[in-house]
Amino acid sequence: MSRRPPERDVALAVQKLRVHYAKRGRLRFSSHRDFQRALERALRRAEVPMAYSAGFSPHPKISYANSAPTGVASEAEYVEIGVTQRCDPERMRAALDDALPPGLDVVDVVTAATPDFVNRLEASRWRFELPGVDPATAQVAADTFLAHSEVIVERLMKNGIRKFDTREAVISLTVSDESGVSGSQGSVAGDSCAILEVVTRHVTPSVRPDDLLAALRIAADLVPPVPPRVTRLAQGPLIPGSSEIGDPFAPDRAALVSTS
Amino acid sequence: MTTPHAHVPGASIFDRLEALLPFVSKPIQYVGGELNAVQKPWDSVDVRWALMYPDAYEVGAPNQGVQILYEVINERADALAERTYAVWPDLEKLMREHQVPQFTVDSHRALGDFDVVGMSFSTELGYTNMLTAIDLAGVPVLAAERDDTHPIIVAGGHAAFNPETIAEFVDAAVMGDGEEAVLLITDIVRDWKNEGRPDGRVGLLRRLALTGVIYVPRFYDVEYLEDGRIKRIVPNEADIPWRVRKFTLMDLDSWPYPKAPLVPLAETVHERMSVEIFRGCTRGCRFCQAGMITRPVRERSITGIAEMVENGLCKTGYEEVGLLSLSSADHTEIAEIAKGLADRYQGTETALSLPSTRVDAFNIDLANELSRNGRRSGLTFAPEGGSERMRKVINKQVTEEDLIRTVSAAYGAGWRQVKLYFMVGLPTETDDDVMQVAELAREVIKAGRAASGRRDIRCTVSIGGFVPKPHTPFQWASQLNHEATDARLHKLRDAIRADREYGKSIGLRYHDGKPGIVEGLLSRGDRRVGRVILQAWRDGARFDGWSEHFSFDRWMNAASVALADEPVDVDWFTTRERQQSEVLPWGHLDSGLDADWLWEDWQDALSEVGVEDCRWTPCFDCGVCDQMETEIQVGPTGVVTLPMPTVRTTAVLAEVDA
Repeated sequence: MSRRPPERDVALAVQKLRVHYAKRGRLRFSSHRDFQRALERALRRAEVPMAYSAGFSPHPKISYANSAPTGVASEAEYVEIGVTQRCDPERMRAALDDALPPGLDVVDVVTAATPDFVNRLEASRWRFELPGVDPATAQVAADTFLAHSEVIVERLMKNGIRKFDTREAVISLTVSDESGVSGSQGSVAGDSCAILEVVTRHVTPSVRPDDLLAALRIAADLVPPVPPRVTRLAQGPLIPGSSEIGDPFAPDRAALVSTS
Repeated sequence: MTTPHAHVPGASIFDRLEALLPFVSKPIQYVGGELNAVQKPWDSVDVRWALMYPDAYEVGAPNQGVQILYEVINERADALAERTYAVWPDLEKLMREHQVPQFTVDSHRALGDFDVVGMSFSTELGYTNMLTAIDLAGVPVLAAERDDTHPIIVAGGHAAFNPETIAEFVDAAVMGDGEEAVLLITDIVRDWKNEGRPDGRVGLLRRLALTGVIYVPRFYDVEYLEDGRIKRIVPNEADIPWRVRKFTLMDLDSWPYPKAPLVPLAETVHERMSVEIFRGCTRGCRFCQAGMITRPVRERSITGIAEMVENGLCKTGYEEVGLLSLSSADHTEIAEIAKGLADRYQGTETALSLPSTRVDAFNIDLANELSRNGRRSGLTFAPEGGSERMRKVINKQVTEEDLIRTVSAAYGAGWRQVKLYFMVGLPTETDDDVMQVAELAREVIKAGRAASGRRDIRCTVSIGGFVPKPHTPFQWASQLNHEATDARLHKLRDAIRADREYGKSIGLRYHDGKPGIVEGLLSRGDRRVGRVILQAWRDGARFDGWSEHFSFDRWMNAASVALADEPVDVDWFTTRERQQSEVLPWGHLDSGLDADWLWEDWQDALSEVGVEDCRWTPCFDCGVCDQMETEIQVGPTGVVTLPMPTVRTTAVLAEVDA
């Protein structure tokens, strides 16, 4: 006698919702897997009518887009959720935000009205706070990096160490000064604190904040005295001819307006 | 470079910790932020507790005991509780380099700032982690060296039933159920503080000791005989009680904790919610310390359980509920509970599990109810002894027929995998008793193949070394040395491997006998073993429950150094059989069990005579109910149908136009 999955109402997803959330403060140390567990529990707590896959171990229908690495904060993370009854996006936002621990904050929810969401996430804007780094030094490092046509870094991947270029993916790299503004990383000599803002194109393999820091070290000898605090500020489509990033929900909102 | 940190008591040290986190593995375990965690303003309360589970966060965070006490204390307006766990060596090293103190994960307060540190010891192998935490907190590891600025350190948990090995490190120890203990200690600390701390630290400790239910080792002197045995243990101040009693919580329904279980972000060993369905066990297994020290049986009612399950699911979002106890299928209304909950959560993704089930209490209807939504985890049973004779000695009254009948039913109903737990090194055991484990596993596979008509069924045998524990009939027994333990295990392994017909269907999991010897030393040791712990810790012992961190040689070297001037050694504490007349290190600590009854039960074990369970046979005078003025609290309540819970409403649905 072979076992069969138990009879259950396999309700199909009638709606997909796209969720924009942030990973802030101490919860930036949560990994992608940590977030997955927290989200699935929050969805149950909020009584969201989730759609499940069929089979012996049904799992909720959730699609995760490229998530920020462990230790990196983010203002712009995205996930798509299938539901079996129509949900109101704003109510969903409020309920889900309430059910998630503080620091995993739901910013916005829209009904998916267009395909190919993940492909719309073309680029990211990252902010690096570098306590103890003089902005002038950081500017020199940025100029040096940008003057290269290629900066190769190494990263340990599943099938061994891989070498790849970081320069090509960088669309812009600017430096500003927040010296004297007290950070939360403890006091560092002179309280100088350079701020880098980097816009990277999503390529394969992806160029991540660690890779950018490695590249600045290799190309321009920039070695921050304490670990930088990194935040993804935005993720979405590149606005042609600029280094600006657009709202990835804009096409869904537009489609919704045109049908209502 | 770094400016000095003028530390305000109760202030967060998170910014200093945060700078270290990018360099350690799994930093999420140190940041807190769990769902249902509580943070209270430091100055809003009189008494501040730090609760420590002295193991890694992934093991400690799900611990029920800590979660219960955390809520019980935080519900009080005049007290707060935060949690702390052992930090891994990578972070410990950085904390020492950067002078970051041991911290709580809730508000990242320094451990040394608290009034009371409660240490929960499920196992003795957490002792070295306690020392690391105390030391990282900037608190002297020896209690005698602490002053009025330091917290008092209180041990609890099962290992605290013999706190003598850690008597030099802790200020106090509490035996038994913690709920009322923490409330009492909070009252005493509050009053003492409000009265202006009369007589300082010693004054507070004296107040605790005078209760008769809190053990304060400094008020007891241990005198030894020339041969190394204990002569006597005596109070060294007037009015200090000769014996200290354990706590027993009655009426579990009025203590429905945890009401809001913590939901960690980090992955932990138990990704589920737990509801304790009863406390205590009177099956009378002679090796089982838990069953002896948690008497009598006190059941939570079927309706109380159902409310805790529903409330907990709402508050956590977990999709699995474990019905916890020492032997869950023994609840008088387990069938009604399983059916009621299965009905209630039919069609949801909620799974139920029963972590501890006895072979003789198990039945297939129960198993089917538990797996109604399709999730079928493996079945686990613990015959503990391989031979019928051995099971009589340990009073695990499960017959081979019981086992074969049960597993046949399980395999016949579609289960493919059965796990069996055994012990090696039990009193009076011979090689032959252990070889019968292989025989039993063969019979299980044979019966399983017949019942299922398939050959791909499996049986996993898990076998561990027996460690005699205080307050059990085996407290006098000789522990088997690690060489003999390993030899028996290898013989068993070879016998299973050599079996052509069934061997491939039987998996064997075992550990070598060395860690058991250290556990045995710490379990039945006296105050002299404290020196061994300190030496081992100084030599680098950490996380002794983890094989990758445990070093037997380090412990043996520490013992030979620390016990060099004593007439006793590791063997004396572990493999030596004790006589009835010997004063045991925990003799003045009252678990309620009558010492004469324990001795008789030990003699019965040697004569292979069993003892029944007092839930369904007359009282056999173990002493607990008389001594502790407690009673068995069991059903049935007669409630057969659980009310369906109020339909949970969701606020997320879109409004439908009429």
